[in-house]
Amino acid sequence: MPADSLFIQLPTDSPCVMIEFEGQPLAVPSGISVAAALLASGIRQTRRTAVSGAPRAPYCMMGVCFECLVEVNGVPNCQACMVTVSDGLKVRRQQGARALNALAEEGAHDGI
Amino acid sequence: MASERIDLLIIGAGPAGMSAAVEARRHGLEVLVLDEQPSPGGQIYRNIRESDPQRLAILGDDYSAGRRLADEFIASGARYVPGAAVWQVGEQCQVHYLLEGRSVVVQARRLLIATGAFERPMPIPGWTLPGVMSAGAGQILLKSAALLPAGPVVLAGCGPLLYLLAVQYLKAGIQLSALVDTAEHRDILQAWRHIPKALLGWRDLLKGLSLLAKLRLAKLPHYRGARALRIEGAECAEAFCFSSGGKVHRLPTNLVLLHQGVVPNTQISWSLRMRHQWSDAQLCWRADRDQWGETSLAGVFIAGDGGAIGGALAAREQGRLVALAVASQLQRLDGARRDHLAREPQGALARCLAARPLIDALYRPQAENRIPHNEVIVCRCEEVTAGQVRADVRFGCLGPSQAKTFNRCGMGPCQGRLCGLSVTEVIAEQRQVSPSVVGYYRVRPPLKPITLAQLASQSNHDLSPETP
Repeated sequence: MPADSLFIQLPTDSPCVMIEFEGQPLAVPSGISVAAALLASGIRQTRRTAVSGAPRAPYCMMGVCFECLVEVNGVPNCQACMVTVSDGLKVRRQQGARALNALAEEGAHDGI
Repeated sequence: MASERIDLLIIGAGPAGMSAAVEARRHGLEVLVLDEQPSPGGQIYRNIRESDPQRLAILGDDYSAGRRLADEFIASGARYVPGAAVWQVGEQCQVHYLLEGRSVVVQARRLLIATGAFERPMPIPGWTLPGVMSAGAGQILLKSAALLPAGPVVLAGCGPLLYLLAVQYLKAGIQLSALVDTAEHRDILQAWRHIPKALLGWRDLLKGLSLLAKLRLAKLPHYRGARALRIEGAECAEAFCFSSGGKVHRLPTNLVLLHQGVVPNTQISWSLRMRHQWSDAQLCWRADRDQWGETSLAGVFIAGDGGAIGGALAAREQGRLVALAVASQLQRLDGARRDHLAREPQGALARCLAARPLIDALYRPQAENRIPHNEVIVCRCEEVTAGQVRADVRFGCLGPSQAKTFNRCGMGPCQGRLCGLSVTEVIAEQRQVSPSVVGYYRVRPPLKPITLAQLASQSNHDLSPETP
């Protein structure tokens, strides 16, 4: 666990999987949610709000509050507490509202 | 249509849903259970079948007790779909849900809503800062990911879950900065009125007393009657401030866990336009139900904390009663047999609920933490303050749905789950009327955000025999 994490993990038998957060590799225990994995890895802020750009982080951990919204494998506004980590998962902060033309941009990247 | 084969569709695999499924299977009903989480148990028994001895020891016997029910549920022969997010429920027991990014629709003969509770919002200054979470979230991190606070942590608010979490953290060897308790001695005097009836629920009382005794023994800094709660910080929580016993305190911390009780998750029952009553004792909305749990919509039932807060043991008994009523309605049981079988769960339910008025009175959340000052954000999604809501009331806004069109409160992705009760109470206070006059948001599907692509992918629930 990184030194600046708000949480420590009890020793468990679960193997680690590798995910990426903002392009950085993170080794996290398998079977836990993306939100738990980010908190365990010392990530303090996981999104910026659509209205004022204020920083936010997971709040309820049970799918109710939508504070833990992140981008998962390019899909915006995913509830990090409802997605289980898996090898190679690419996670980014949700920066404000999702882009309306996200798909068009994606197409442009793919050379469409 | 093949979907006629589902007699009872249950939304939620917590204590109420699991116990209803087990009982319904005993009477030969075809049961389908949809649950949003990856494993059964609800929030109270979250991750119970995957937990290890170390966590079970920290979480205690009440948590471990869920294992047997979860195992019975898995072995019951009910079809169980984890990871299913219900986004629309029709009046005729038709349920639409998202599973792995695709929408599925299923028709049943009877429907049980067993969606449980979530924590009451606790709008205090700074509650939106990173590092501020609910106490339930802290406990879920322990249950589902074996995570414990690494540094100083402040637990603040009131209610059994807050004290339970404090005891669990102490058992795990975590040093708490403080337990900042908003309950005080005056509340306890109020609560004594309910004692004679509460004695029937002596087990719950002993449990509560032993929790508080453990906290005393641990010599944990325990501040009572705390007021003027506030979290300081710019980009994340830096300190927790409050007054208690005539003194102002400031505790440096990056982690604050808030809690002031739980309230029924009424999203589905409101979306179905069921009749709801405001409960002054529990300060929340409750859908009307008869003694079997059937709502104002024939064929649609509610069991457990999703109807009214009664706790996990009461939820189990209510689940059983719903299953008996459905079995009887579908001619698997005659009325006399149903009444005979219901006697035991009815008795157990009465015992479970006996201490509830005392708990409600003891841990009644403070008005200042429900109906906050003007500068405090009530709607976290759209960042609407209590002051904006009050200003709109002065312009003639009468209730939450109107407030939504004035200032967007409740229009964000959580769809009012985290501001609905605050907005109702702020408007009621400003108008000087009861919350029952003010009402609630008009909740509409989709109950969970859904993309057009997911909607377009909708298919019928596959009823082919599932391989376990």
